[in-house]
Amino acid sequence: MDDRERRWMQLMQAALAGDQPSYERLLREIAPAIRSVVERRLRQMGAPTGESEDVVQETLLAVHLKRHTWRPNDPLGPWLRTIARNKLVDHLRRRGRRAEVPVEDFADLLAAPEERPSTEADDVERHLALLPDKQRSVIRSIAVDGASVGETAERMRMTPGAVRVTLHRAFASLSARLKADE
Amino acid sequence: MKTDDLIRGLAADAQRQRSLESGLALALAAGLAGAVALFAMMLAPRQGMPGLLMEPRVLMKFVVSLSLAAVSVWLALRLVRPGADARPSAWALAVPGGVLAVGVAAELLVTPAQGWMPGLVGHNAVFCLSLVTLMGAPVLAATLFALKRGAPEHPAWAGAAGGALAGSLGAALYALHCVDDSPLFVLTWYGLAIGFMTAAGALIGRRTLSW
Repeated sequence: MDDRERRWMQLMQAALAGDQPSYERLLREIAPAIRSVVERRLRQMGAPTGESEDVVQETLLAVHLKRHTWRPNDPLGPWLRTIARNKLVDHLRRRGRRAEVPVEDFADLLAAPEERPSTEADDVERHLALLPDKQRSVIRSIAVDGASVGETAERMRMTPGAVRVTLHRAFASLSARLKADE
Repeated sequence: MKTDDLIRGLAADAQRQRSLESGLALALAAGLAGAVALFAMMLAPRQGMPGLLMEPRVLMKFVVSLSLAAVSVWLALRLVRPGADARPSAWALAVPGGVLAVGVAAELLVTPAQGWMPGLVGHNAVFCLSLVTLMGAPVLAATLFALKRGAPEHPAWAGAAGGALAGSLGAALYALHCVDDSPLFVLTWYGLAIGFMTAAGALIGRRTLSW
C-alpha cells in the first residue's frame, strides 16, 4: 500500500463520516486515475477512447452511491478497481461489445498519473436531460452553477433538507437510468 | 456535464453513511419482528420447550439453522462488497452441512431401519414447508432491501445468500414449534424449504440487486 492509497483511505473515512471537503478532494484525485486506466483499456480493445469520460462518470457515480460498501481500514485499491471494472463492462455491454475484462487489468489504477483535464461525457448528459424537472434543476444548480445547498433552496423555494434529498434521489435515478439503458 | 461539475455535485451529497452491516442488522430486526408476529398468530412453542433443547436431536435443529443463518450473513456481506473474497465464507457453509451430516449419520447408526421412513415423513411435512417459507418471507424481503445497498458482482448469488438467510431463520423459528425431530426430517423438509427460499432469493436478487 503506497502513500497515495493511504491518503485516499483517510479521505474516504472522513467522507463516510460526512466530511464534504475531504470527499471532494478524494473524488478529484481518483477521477484522473480512473480516466487513465479506462483510456488505456479502451485503446487496447480498439474502442474509441472518446468514450472514456462516460465510464469515468459512471464509475464516480457508482463510487458515490456505493461508498458505504467500502469498509474503513480495508485497502481502497481492490474496491475501486472492482467498481471501475464493472462499470467499464457495463458500458461495453451497452455498446454491444465483448465484455470480458479481468480485474487484474485495473491493477495499475493506483499508479496512474494524477493530473488530467476533465472533459464532457455524453451518457450522463443525455440521461440528465430525462430526469424529472426538480431533480434536474437541483443537480444543475449545485453541480454546474456551483450554488450551495442553501442558495439552491432559496432559489427553488424548497427547504435545504428537501434539496439534499432531491439531490441524492437525482444521482440514484441517474445511475439507475444509465444501468437500464441497455 | 463536465466531470468536475459532477464531482462538485456528488460532494454536495456527502452525508454520513450507515455501514452495510448495520443496515442489514436493522433490516433483519424488522424482518424477524414480522416472522415472530406470524409465529405468534399461527403457532405456539411445543410442550416442554426450553428444556427440550437438552435433547441432541432438538438442539441439532437450532444449531444447523442458526449456524446456516450466521454463515449466510457473512457470505451475503462478502458477495455485495466490491473486491471482497467470498470464498472463505462459502467454505464455512460446511459447518451447518457437517453438523447435519453428523446428525443424519448418527440417526442411521443408532435407530433401527424401520424407524427411518416414519421419521423422514414425520407428522407435519407440508405444514413445515409452508410455515418455514411463510415466516421466512418477511425476512427475505427485509434482507433483499438491505442488500440492495450493496454492489454485488453476481446479483443472483447475493440474492441466494439472502434467501438462505431468510430460509434458515424461518426454519429456526419453526423448530420452536416442530415436533418432528428426526435428522432425516430436518434434512428433507427443512432442506427443501430453505432450498426453495434460496432459489427465490437468487431469482429476485438477479433482477433487483444489480447496480
